[in-house]
Amino acid sequence: MPGEFATYWMNAAMLEQLLQLNYWPLIGIPVVVLGFALRFNPLLVVTVAGLITGWAVNMDMFALLETFGDKFLSSRQLASFLLILPVIALLERHGLKEHAQNWIATVKGVTTRGILSLYFVVREVSAALGLLSLGGHAQTVRPLLSPMAEAAATNQYGPLPKPVRDNIAAHAAACDNVALFFGEDIFIAFGAVLLMDAFLKENGIAGIEPLHIGLWAIPTALAALVIHLFRLSRLEARIRRDIARHQQANQHPNQQEVPSSGQVADTPASSQTAGSDL
Amino acid sequence: MSLISIERIYLLIGLIVMYLVWHTLKDKAHPKRLTTALFWGLFGSLFLFGDLAVTWLGEQLAHRIAGAMVIVIALLAGMGKVSAGSYTPRSDAQKQQSARALGNKVFVPALLIPLFTVAATLLLSDVSTGELMLFDPKHQTLAALTLACTLALIAGWRLTGDSPLKAVAESRRLVDSIGWAAILPQMLAMLGGVFVVAQTGDSIKALVSLFVDPNNRFALVAIYCIGMALFTMVMGNAFAAFPVMTAGIALPFLIEQHGASPAPLMAIGMYSGYCGTLMTPMAANFNIVPAALLDLDDKYQVIKVQIPTALTLLATNILLMYFIVFD
Repeated sequence: MPGEFATYWMNAAMLEQLLQLNYWPLIGIPVVVLGFALRFNPLLVVTVAGLITGWAVNMDMFALLETFGDKFLSSRQLASFLLILPVIALLERHGLKEHAQNWIATVKGVTTRGILSLYFVVREVSAALGLLSLGGHAQTVRPLLSPMAEAAATNQYGPLPKPVRDNIAAHAAACDNVALFFGEDIFIAFGAVLLMDAFLKENGIAGIEPLHIGLWAIPTALAALVIHLFRLSRLEARIRRDIARHQQANQHPNQQEVPSSGQVADTPASSQTAGSDL
Repeated sequence: MSLISIERIYLLIGLIVMYLVWHTLKDKAHPKRLTTALFWGLFGSLFLFGDLAVTWLGEQLAHRIAGAMVIVIALLAGMGKVSAGSYTPRSDAQKQQSARALGNKVFVPALLIPLFTVAATLLLSDVSTGELMLFDPKHQTLAALTLACTLALIAGWRLTGDSPLKAVAESRRLVDSIGWAAILPQMLAMLGGVFVVAQTGDSIKALVSLFVDPNNRFALVAIYCIGMALFTMVMGNAFAAFPVMTAGIALPFLIEQHGASPAPLMAIGMYSGYCGTLMTPMAANFNIVPAALLDLDDKYQVIKVQIPTALTLLATNILLMYFIVFD
């Protein structure tokens, strides 16, 4: 049988190896993918994936519980954003969001793209200098960046429909992630660089300093900057197009099913980005 | 010894969560009052009593109990027994009035958190009196963040007249809207721990290695980079993928056989892993928690926005690596 499957990229020997692999430790992966795809509660999906994986590799039930407890307790620092929320909640109660939006309204010519691009550059450069905690989703994106980016769009186009608002907010979060990830490895004292350095020393490869690793992170960091700023440059047109589409849908409530991408293409905003999907 | 130690930070988080639980219990209009309180109560007690239990009961028993509590937490969330409560928010007009009265001063506590955290990490990390350090030497940034949040709460108190306790009570609205997503990062760390014990990484390595053609440099580079991204998507963390993929593919085939230069190979390999981080719900603290924090209807929208950048960068990484490492 195996011979019949043999092609130029998979020969019989390879297929045999493929069949001999131990797949049991991998069983958690399809469980997670399926569970997330079927929209079960993620906490349940992850716990069940852990239980099934442990069972598949013959882990003792108590040992499995112990691993659960150990890892949960030793990763408690991941919940530290809970410390930030009281301040944010207090300030939001006293108009932080409103003031951020009023303040943006007084700045002439500011756009969503402009705010997000500026934040991206500042965040990536500061991360490269090791100032990793200058941004963050709880302390910066929710209270400041996202309201300001939304306000810039509101100034230009009036009240935003929920999908447009969500898209801008998601872009604000994405800016923080991309800029942080691809800036931080330039900083030679960052954990990832030290991990790579330790790996090299462990495997007997001499003569590489953390500085070299940090330097070779720069090309990708620049590529991330160029790629993401390019995408942000198209965000403005996307916002215009979505708002035009939303307004058209509202003007013709009886023809909701008609406006497809082809129907809207004659509005000036959408023609610039027809078919694009940021 | 340190004044702001990680154990004390956990105690503080535990106290905050328990204060929220108390307010949940008082919230008579809460649709799922008791089960929501139980969910957060279990979570909070892992912070309040986790370290004490390890001291009193020993590591093994304490970890087993914690593991059982985690399963109850997951069941409560999985059966939809956790929800938001009822709150008394101020009207938009009241908020606008506050905004006008406070002006730019309302930014001060908000900006204090990131700016003070950075400044304190840089300047106060070595401060000590005798044996007593100010910050936990292993968790300097977290200790600085804790101090920054405390100062910002005091600044907010002076500015608005609302006490820190009032602020914590007010944060129940935010914590409830984040809901189960607040706990997902730790659950994923837990699953990662099980994967390590089950040696899932070795299976992935064995699977990926089957597709290796030792003489095709470009295919080797592509498999290493794509393998890093895929493995990271599974584990939610590039640091877990890096040693396995690098020891399995990069070291034997690219460095030893083809003489690739290690520094750029690793730097770009790690960044290929980060491309995976942008595309996976397993990196919940970067991708799912912000979706909850920002009240997005689609909890995967941050990931969806990131995918085009991640895939373009992954392709860029493969080309960069191919043209850089063999010189």
